[in-house]
Amino acid sequence: MTEEIKNNNVAEAGAVVEVDRSLYDFKYEEEGFYRYEEGLTREIVERISRDKDDPEWMRQLRLRSFETYERLKVPDWGPPVDELDMDHIAAYVRPNTDMKNRWEDVPDDIKNTFERLGIPQAERESLAGVGAQYDSELVYHNVRKEVEEQGVVYTDMESALKGDHAQMVQEHFMKLVPPSDHKFAALHGAVWSGGSFVYVPPGITVEIPLQSYFRLNAQGAGQFEHTLIIVDEGADLHFIEGCSAPKYNTANLHAGCVELYVGKNARLRYSTIENWSKNMYNLNTKRAVVEENGRMEWVSGSFGSHVSYLYPTTILKGNGSQCEFTGITFAGAGQNLDTGAKMIHTGAGTSSYINSKSISKSGGISTYRSSIYIDKNAKGARSSVDCSSLMLDDISRSDTVPAMDIRTSEADVGHEARIGRISDDAVFYLMSRGVSEAEARSMIVSGFASSVSKELPLEYAAEMNNLIKLEMEVM
Amino acid sequence: MANILLQVKGLSAKIDEKELLHNVDLEIREGETHVLMGPNGAGKSTLGFTLMGSPSYELTGGEIIFDGEDVTHLSADKRARLGMFMTFQNPLEIPGLSLESFIRGAIRERTGAPVKIMQFHRDLDAAMELLQMHPSYAERDLNVGFSGGEKKKAEILQLLMLSPRLAILDETDSGLDVDAVRTVSEGIRIYQQERGGALLIITHSTRILESLKVDRTHILVDGRIVKDGDASLVDEINANGFEAFTGPQEIPMVQFD
Repeated sequence: MTEEIKNNNVAEAGAVVEVDRSLYDFKYEEEGFYRYEEGLTREIVERISRDKDDPEWMRQLRLRSFETYERLKVPDWGPPVDELDMDHIAAYVRPNTDMKNRWEDVPDDIKNTFERLGIPQAERESLAGVGAQYDSELVYHNVRKEVEEQGVVYTDMESALKGDHAQMVQEHFMKLVPPSDHKFAALHGAVWSGGSFVYVPPGITVEIPLQSYFRLNAQGAGQFEHTLIIVDEGADLHFIEGCSAPKYNTANLHAGCVELYVGKNARLRYSTIENWSKNMYNLNTKRAVVEENGRMEWVSGSFGSHVSYLYPTTILKGNGSQCEFTGITFAGAGQNLDTGAKMIHTGAGTSSYINSKSISKSGGISTYRSSIYIDKNAKGARSSVDCSSLMLDDISRSDTVPAMDIRTSEADVGHEARIGRISDDAVFYLMSRGVSEAEARSMIVSGFASSVSKELPLEYAAEMNNLIKLEMEVM
Repeated sequence: MANILLQVKGLSAKIDEKELLHNVDLEIREGETHVLMGPNGAGKSTLGFTLMGSPSYELTGGEIIFDGEDVTHLSADKRARLGMFMTFQNPLEIPGLSLESFIRGAIRERTGAPVKIMQFHRDLDAAMELLQMHPSYAERDLNVGFSGGEKKKAEILQLLMLSPRLAILDETDSGLDVDAVRTVSEGIRIYQQERGGALLIITHSTRILESLKVDRTHILVDGRIVKDGDASLVDEINANGFEAFTGPQEIPMVQFD
C-alpha cells in the first residue's frame, strides 16, 4: 500500500465520521492478513486451536466453552445486543507478521498505527514493558531488561501456554471467570486469542508500569484477548491496558477477559482507557481475587463503543484485603453504556470503595450498575459507594442500579448517588473570564472527571482529558 | 481627556416579566473609577450582569459600546476578550478545576497562544502574595470550600492576572472583615493606579473606597440612575444614606443583590 492511499483513508475516516477523532479513527487495509470467514462453528473453534497449536487441555477448554456458548442465552437485563450477529463476525484475523521484540521490525502499517497512538513514545518514557496487539495477535512485545532480571514474567498469552509457566497458566486460566459465567465468557473461552501473561514473584516491586495495547483494526471482526496477571505475595505492580479501534459501519465485537490474582500483602493497580469506536460491542469481563491484606486498585475509563457491558469484579477473599475502584463512563449519541463494579466480600475486615462517574450527552445512555455482596463470614467488612452522573442535555439518560446483599450485621455499608447538570450560572461565570462557552463546558466536565484522571499516570490523564474534549465537540 | 471606554445608552433590561433597569446611561473613560451605589434591590448587580452579557437577563432597549465596538449582543466571553471583566458577588464553585489551571486556561483562551509558564508562575506567586493568599490555594478547586473572603481574594487575583481594561466589581467588599477589605483594596488599587485600569465599583458601603481615587459616583434607585456626581457624593451617602434619593414613596419591590 502506498503512502498516498493511506492518507486518503485517514482523511476519509476523519471527514465522514467525527471530525477530530482522526487520532484514533484511521484504518489500514488488511493486505496479506490471514482472516477466518465470518461466523462461529465448532470447526472454526477447532481451527483456531489447531492454528495456535494449543495444548490438549486448552483444546478441550475451547470446545467445552463453545458448547456452553451455544447453550447460553444473551443477557436480557442490559442494553440490547440483538444487532450483534455472530454470523457476521470473523473470530480470528491474524496480521501479516509474527511477534517482534524490536520496534523497527514491525510492519509499517501496524507500526504507524501504534506510532500515532503514541505507544512507542510512552514505552520509551514511562513503561517497563509493552505488548501491542493488532487484531487477534500480538505484533510487538518488549520488556526492560532490569524488570526481567527481577524475575518478572511478561509475555504474550500464547508463549505463556508453552513456556516455563505453562503449569501456572493452566492452574489459573479461566478459573476466576469460568466459561459458564455468561454467554460472552463462553465465547471468549472458545475463540480467545492474544493478550498478556504477567507474573510478579514474591516481594518484587515493579517500579514503573507495564502496558498492553489492543487495537482492533479489522472490520466485522472480534477481538478476544486474554489477560492473566499473578502478583505473588508482597509484590507490587501497575498494569495499564489501552484499547482503540477505527470506525466501521458494521458491528465489531470485543469480548476480552481479564483475570487478576493478588497475593497476600500484594498490590495490583490495573488502569484502563478503553476508547472504542461507536460500532463496537464491548462485552468485557474483568475479575480479581485478593488474598490476605492484599490490595486491588482499578482505574477505568470507558469511552466509545456502541454497547458496553463492563463490571470489574473483585473478590475480597483474604482477611483485611482491600479494593478501590475508580471509574468513568462517557456515553454520547447512539451509545448505551452499562458499566459499574462488583465487590464480593468473603474475608473478615475487608474493605471496598467505589467511586464512579458517568457523563451522558446527545441522547447517550449511561447506566451505573453495581453489586455489593457481603458474606456472613465477612465480619467487620466496610463498603462505600459514591456515584455521580452528569447529564449534558435533556435528551440523554442516566440510570443508577445499585444492588446490595449484606449477610452479616457486622458490616458498614454506605451508598451515595448524585445526578446533576451543568449550571448555566457556572458556564457564565467561566465565560466572563474570556473562556468560550464550549471550553467552559469542557472545563466543567473535565473537572467532574478529575477524580478519575488524577488516578492515571500523567500522559494517560492527558489522553483522557483529550477524549473528553473530543466527545464534547461532537454534536 | 481620555477616550471613552464604556458607553451605555438607554439600557433597559428585564428578567421574566419584571423590568429591572430603565433607560440607564453611563459613560466611563479609560482609567476612570466610577462608583455605583444604591439601596438593596435597586438593580446594581443587574446592571453589572447585563453589562457583562449574562443570558439570564433580557435586554429590552438601549446599547452597550465598549471601546468603540457595539457589544450589546456579544456573549460574555467575547466581551471579556475585548477587555471587560466582572468579579462576582457569589463566585461559583467548580469542582475538579484548580484555580491555577483555570487562570492559565483563561489566559490561553484570551490570547490564543500557549501560556509562558515560568512568567505565569512568577506573576501568580506575586499576586497571591500581595493578596495574602496561601500558595496552596493555587492547587485547590476553584472556589470550592473557600471562605467568603478567600473567594473575593480569588476574584481579585483573577483581575490582576487577566488585566482587563474595565473591571466591574460587584460587592467585592461584602462579607469581608477589616483586614480582608484592606488586602482586597490594595489589589484593586494596584490594578487602578499601576495598570491604569478602569473600574465600575458596585457597593453599598464605602470602606473599600477609602484607598481608591474615585472619579464619578452614580446613584441607582429602582433601576434608574437618579443622581450623578463626583467623589464627594460618596461622602454624602455615607453621612445621610439613600433617603434623599428614594423619598417617602419607596416601596421595596424586589431583592436581586
